[in-house]
Amino acid sequence: MVRVLLIAFLSLGVVSTAYWGYREHQEKNAILVHAENNYQRAFHDLTYKIDMLHDQIGTTLAMNSRTSLSPALAEVWRIAAEAHSDVGQLPLSLLPFNKTQQFLAQIGAFSYRTAVRDLDKEPLTKEEYKTLQALYQKAANIQNELRNVQHLVLKNHLRWMDVELALATNNRPSDNTIIDGFKAVENDVQSFSEGTNFAPTFTTITNREKGFIRAKGKQISETEAKQIAKSFLGLKGTETIKIVRSGKGADERFYSVTVFDPKTKAETYMDITEKGGYPIWVMDNRPVKKQAISVYDASVKGQQFLKKHRFTNFELYDSSQYDNVAVLTFVANEQGVRIYPEAIKMKVALDDGTIVGFSARDYLASPPLPTLPKPTISLAEARKKLNPNVRVMEERQAVITNDLNQEVLCYEFLGTLGDDTYQIFINTQTGLEEKVDKMQSVERNYE
Amino acid sequence: MRGRMISCLLVCFIMCAGEVHAFSNQVIQRGAVGDDVLELQARLQYIGFYNGKIDGVFGWSTYWALRNFQDKFGLPVDGLAGESTKAKLVKVSKYYESFVKEQIQKGNSFTHYGGKPLSEQVKGDNNATAAKTTVQTTATNVPKGFSQNDIRLLANAVYGEARGEPYIGQVAVAAVILNRLEHPSFPDSIAGVIFQPGAFTAVADGQIWLTPNETAKKAVLDAINGWDPSGGAIYYFNPATATNGWIWSRPQIKRIGKHIFCK
Repeated sequence: MVRVLLIAFLSLGVVSTAYWGYREHQEKNAILVHAENNYQRAFHDLTYKIDMLHDQIGTTLAMNSRTSLSPALAEVWRIAAEAHSDVGQLPLSLLPFNKTQQFLAQIGAFSYRTAVRDLDKEPLTKEEYKTLQALYQKAANIQNELRNVQHLVLKNHLRWMDVELALATNNRPSDNTIIDGFKAVENDVQSFSEGTNFAPTFTTITNREKGFIRAKGKQISETEAKQIAKSFLGLKGTETIKIVRSGKGADERFYSVTVFDPKTKAETYMDITEKGGYPIWVMDNRPVKKQAISVYDASVKGQQFLKKHRFTNFELYDSSQYDNVAVLTFVANEQGVRIYPEAIKMKVALDDGTIVGFSARDYLASPPLPTLPKPTISLAEARKKLNPNVRVMEERQAVITNDLNQEVLCYEFLGTLGDDTYQIFINTQTGLEEKVDKMQSVERNYE
Repeated sequence: MRGRMISCLLVCFIMCAGEVHAFSNQVIQRGAVGDDVLELQARLQYIGFYNGKIDGVFGWSTYWALRNFQDKFGLPVDGLAGESTKAKLVKVSKYYESFVKEQIQKGNSFTHYGGKPLSEQVKGDNNATAAKTTVQTTATNVPKGFSQNDIRLLANAVYGEARGEPYIGQVAVAAVILNRLEHPSFPDSIAGVIFQPGAFTAVADGQIWLTPNETAKKAVLDAINGWDPSGGAIYYFNPATATNGWIWSRPQIKRIGKHIFCK
């Protein structure tokens, strides 16, 4: 009797385990299929978008009237952005696919800028037409390659999950069709972006990587860098200092300094350019105690620090308190004109007013200013260009970097509309509204 | 209902008697946070200059209210609440501190206008007794273009990817995500970059959903505010565990902790 019961009990166990395993298996499969479908959607969507992109660029080439050209270029911009977003959803981040993505971003930037331009006043130049033609050609190539991959994927039921696995484990079979196909696309585009002379409006995307233009002068040695760190951080000499030179990947070589204070057990980090020995940034991650001074006092301390290190013409632009630290933004001021690209950020601890952070990255990367042009339109004329509903509260002259990555002299207006504050820049030469920013600095807590 | 009215009036009465408190002696500036800002906003509201929320964070609307006040009362218009401004403000307005703090603690939405009984200026009847002993501000400074939830998502990614790393290693990881945002080869939203398939191991193995600590959040804030210890990197990898050969071909910038950062 006991035996029968035991057998019944055990077989029930076996059956239920089998059932449980089957359910698990089903569930896992469902999730795999779901993930695979997501990849497939992104991929097929991408090929479709590239088709559309190719067609749309083709149409713009044939167009002559300015009124239809602008919307068509705007359409190119939209499709390029969508294709770019599709690429971002594919598991390609371990595959060298940057050039293709860059290519899509460049098409986007080019079409956006030409679309928003007043083509009646400034029609497409010959070079721009040539660029458009080259883009058309290239889009055709990419389209072909992707169509080929798509065909193989559909024919052989290739799975993106396998691609992901192959890329992650690195034992990729040499005949992974998808990977090879995308590599072909990449090679194709690479030769293109290196060989083609893009129109001048294209410079911006690569411009960003130009590095620290302002850091000029002779190359400093490690001991000199140590000296600079000592004087900049006001060290006593009891600290241990470690120095490492950056690798060849950096745009401009720099030294990374780590300062360890054995008394406080705190570490301070600092980067210094090799050329000229300019401090790039400083970070001191000591715990900050209870607030004892105000943000205002902190900004005075910050200003004093800048003066001491010969940043004389800087004024406070923005301040925010996070816990017990004030984050301050200073910008250069040349004869009453604010130079926004030349910004320096600082962090001041609100317990004892010491500097716990410094970043001159933006300042070092901003090009030295040419002599400022004389405004051709007056402040009153510029004010007339504003939306009449904006209540102007502050006005001044300022230099900003505009959409085309050029430094332009503008009239800056700070004004309110409803409950919001806006910062509006009107070009002093052309009267163009270069930039309108909504200033938001406070968010309610959701807890 | 009636009982509440009476208790409100009673509270009001007690407060009227206790209205002597005034600002500490700090100069209050835009970006500041805390009790003095609460008082500044409440006082400006009392005399009708400030119509925003009394939240204890000195933002733009407080700034304009203060400047308008300075302008009206013949003070130098600088947007700083210094000694003379504060003295003038104390003279012409009232501040019911315990009323304001009580409402904040209870999470009620309220106003603080003069010439109107305070009990009529409370919306929402969160009458739960306040659990917290210290008054927290009901808003936070955020860097331009980022919400607190963006910061939280970034902190999740940083914590999942680099929680064992030194502090600047964590800032550097956050900076890489932000550098990707700007870079043409990557998606242009925070979520797009973080959840790009295969981009981060913490996303793939679910560690991104661990609860981030304060250090990770601090690191993210530093990166957003403009500190980039990675030197402009858009990739990083752990040489001990990296299986992909391609990543080794990227030009390396520097090493922080266990990670090598590269272009």
